[in-house]
Amino acid sequence: MADVVMAGTGGQGIILAARIVAEVAVRMGYDVKTSEVHGMAQRGGSVVSMVRWGERVFSPLIPRGHADFLLAFEGLEGLRCLPFLKPGGRVIVNLYRLDPLPVLRGDADYPQDYLEIIRGFAPGTLAIDAVEMARAAGNPRVASAVMAGALSSLLDFPADIWEEAIRTLVPARALEANLRGFAAGRRAG
Amino acid sequence: MRRRLLSGNEAIALGAYSAGVRVGTAYPGTPSTEILEELARFPEPYVEWSPNEKVALEVGMGAALGGARTLVCMKHVGLNVAADPWMTLSYIGVNAGLVLVSADDPGMHSSQNEQDNRYYAVMAKVPMLEPSDSQEAYEMVRAAFRLSEEHDVPVLLRTETRVCHSRSMVEYRQEREEVDLPYEKDYVKRVMVPGHARLRHPVLIAKLERLREEAERSPFNRAEMRSSRVGMVTSGVCYQYVREAFPEASVLKLGFTHPLPEKLIHEFASHFHRLYVVEELEPYLEERIKAMGIDAVGKARVPRTGELDPDSVGRALADIVEMDTGVRGGGWSPPLQEGLPPILNELPARPPVMCPGCPHRGVFHALSRMKAVVSSDIGCYTLSVFSPIEGIDCQVCMGASVGMALGLEKAFLSSEANRGKEKKVVAVLGDSTFIHGGITGLIDIVYNRGFSTVIILDNRTTAMTGFQPHPGTGRTIRGEETFALDLAELGRAVGVESVRVIDPWDLEETGRVLEEEVGAERSSLVIARRGCVQRERDREYSPYRVDAEACNDCGLCMRLGCPALVKREGSVAVDETLCAGCSLCAQLCRRGAIAEVGGDG
Ligand SMILES: Cc1ncc(C[n+]2csc(CCOP(=O)(O)OP(=O)(O)O)c2C)c(N)n1
Repeated sequence: MADVVMAGTGGQGIILAARIVAEVAVRMGYDVKTSEVHGMAQRGGSVVSMVRWGERVFSPLIPRGHADFLLAFEGLEGLRCLPFLKPGGRVIVNLYRLDPLPVLRGDADYPQDYLEIIRGFAPGTLAIDAVEMARAAGNPRVASAVMAGALSSLLDFPADIWEEAIRTLVPARALEANLRGFAAGRRAG
Repeated sequence: MRRRLLSGNEAIALGAYSAGVRVGTAYPGTPSTEILEELARFPEPYVEWSPNEKVALEVGMGAALGGARTLVCMKHVGLNVAADPWMTLSYIGVNAGLVLVSADDPGMHSSQNEQDNRYYAVMAKVPMLEPSDSQEAYEMVRAAFRLSEEHDVPVLLRTETRVCHSRSMVEYRQEREEVDLPYEKDYVKRVMVPGHARLRHPVLIAKLERLREEAERSPFNRAEMRSSRVGMVTSGVCYQYVREAFPEASVLKLGFTHPLPEKLIHEFASHFHRLYVVEELEPYLEERIKAMGIDAVGKARVPRTGELDPDSVGRALADIVEMDTGVRGGGWSPPLQEGLPPILNELPARPPVMCPGCPHRGVFHALSRMKAVVSSDIGCYTLSVFSPIEGIDCQVCMGASVGMALGLEKAFLSSEANRGKEKKVVAVLGDSTFIHGGITGLIDIVYNRGFSTVIILDNRTTAMTGFQPHPGTGRTIRGEETFALDLAELGRAVGVESVRVIDPWDLEETGRVLEEEVGAERSSLVIARRGCVQRERDREYSPYRVDAEACNDCGLCMRLGCPALVKREGSVAVDETLCAGCSLCAQLCRRGAIAEVGGDG
């Protein structure tokens, strides 16, 4: 059983990444629950998705201090969700910074040392440049598949199950790029 | 049987489809929107985006009378709009089943309030079901159609964000029921003149008593006996939180929550010296349980605002459950966490923002220069409230902007304290919102000789809820072509004296036309028309760039509140990956420091 929190901003493909992970857990025979954010927050606001699996899962929301994995699609949003991580939980950080409006305007400071802060709290944090890796895989928009790939390297599920899940969920025209992105993420993990 | 991981909304659509729904109507609204979109994936049912929730329910009532099982979906506040037909529909009954899905939003993820719509079942005297996950959502919608037909009443399926937008496993059948009931005229039953309605009201009350018997034997209400010391009562998604926070507690899990199964509750209560009631928002169950003479603890501990989760449920009750059981924390363990870095308390917020290139932005820029009093409405443009634009004065509910503008104008007109402001009042609202609830307000302005300017931000879609078509777009939910409502013609037809259409990407035109219309003592309608940028991602454009040499950091462009404009060491830069090429910043720049990438400057 495991709990995964994915944090980022609207438009980063977090919902897709969460669906892929959930689909894999289903194929492994677990009870699965997810929770997603739709609507207003997607207009550039903070977005969180959660995926949980186990023998029996009750709450779709992960309590603070319970997550085994935190996937930070963006630095600041990763920090914001750090309280969900349990002691010993692992973090995967996408080295990507997207300034929120208060920072753009010069009214607030972006926590530039987010990676050190996260590492200080969660040793063993994995940092990757998912956007660059996605670009190398042919499309910068498949960064969420790269993140799913990185997570897959920390989990004990067979590679072909991941691939099947991606094939079920990704539309044909984006499939190859997503599979390449996933493979790149998996190697990086 | 098949098994799939489905969101609550997908499960409702699938359940409705399998129950043989032939008509589905809705107006979009988070978190309910995807239900109808999912139902529209099936070819058989007639589905429509209605202009608003009242019309959605009215079409639904007609369809049910006409013998078709009907699903009507809306967000919680949508039922306020549809409340008028809702309150009398229960008097006349349905013929074929009618299920109204109301999706509440505790915590207000995407809403203007967090009203608890369970009271709408009480007010209309109709049965209510509350699912706790996708499986129940699927089963309840099917059961709701049977209940609706057997008792000849509409049924309220009350769901909420964490059911709608959570995925969990659903076992479902592949088949679809066939329901096709004859229509027969029965005007005493269906024409609600006072004399007939007086006959129907007692009939409805008698139905409620039979429905209570249904609730007593419903499989959706069950006592799960575990601990002999702790008994909790809960409904909806809170069941999941209770099970996670207090796995040993006995739980009375209620799913059929109006009318309440009082015998079952008494029986469960008899095992415990008091009950704990865990529900989001209002003390709906708690007050009814207490009125039955049962000792219960609810809102004295469990928060009445916001959404719950396993933590908040655990924290609210751990100490008293410990007193009851002697078990430490009542079995709940607080989050295991120490040493969180203090900076986490000071992180900059990330409010949602209008997108780079959003066509709404130009209008707000012009209005703020005019120091207008801006009566706003609900849609993406509401995001203009945040710094730096701070472009709107008030916003309550869909369509209210227009009537409120007229009210402001009339108050200013007779005021010493606000002299002159009557010429500054504008209403701004989106195209979908105007059609939903703004048209009658516009008629009022004309009729009562107001001169507030109504500005329709016509981005050709319902953007906030995920780009649904509406009557102005010329497309149906299935993408078929249809008549497109011409907003300018509509304005002229209701008698608006001056109707103007502008391009909000043209700042000069936008500013000039608004100056002309806002001060003028005549009714006016300005349609700011340009398609939503999110819908036109494939269009050809080149992003803009700031010439750092020419920029004197005056800050004018930053007032646009565009997320593609970044402040970097003493000058402004454009994030080219975000820029949508709208050129507003370039139009504003007095030094000509901003130009298209690859352009000749
Ligand atoms: C009664 C009611 N129904 C639905 C909603 C959900 N909702 C909020 S804004 C909106 C429509 C937005 O569309 P539009 O007015 O065209 O503005 P846009 O977002 O496209 O700028 C909807 C459906 C609501 N808040 N209240």
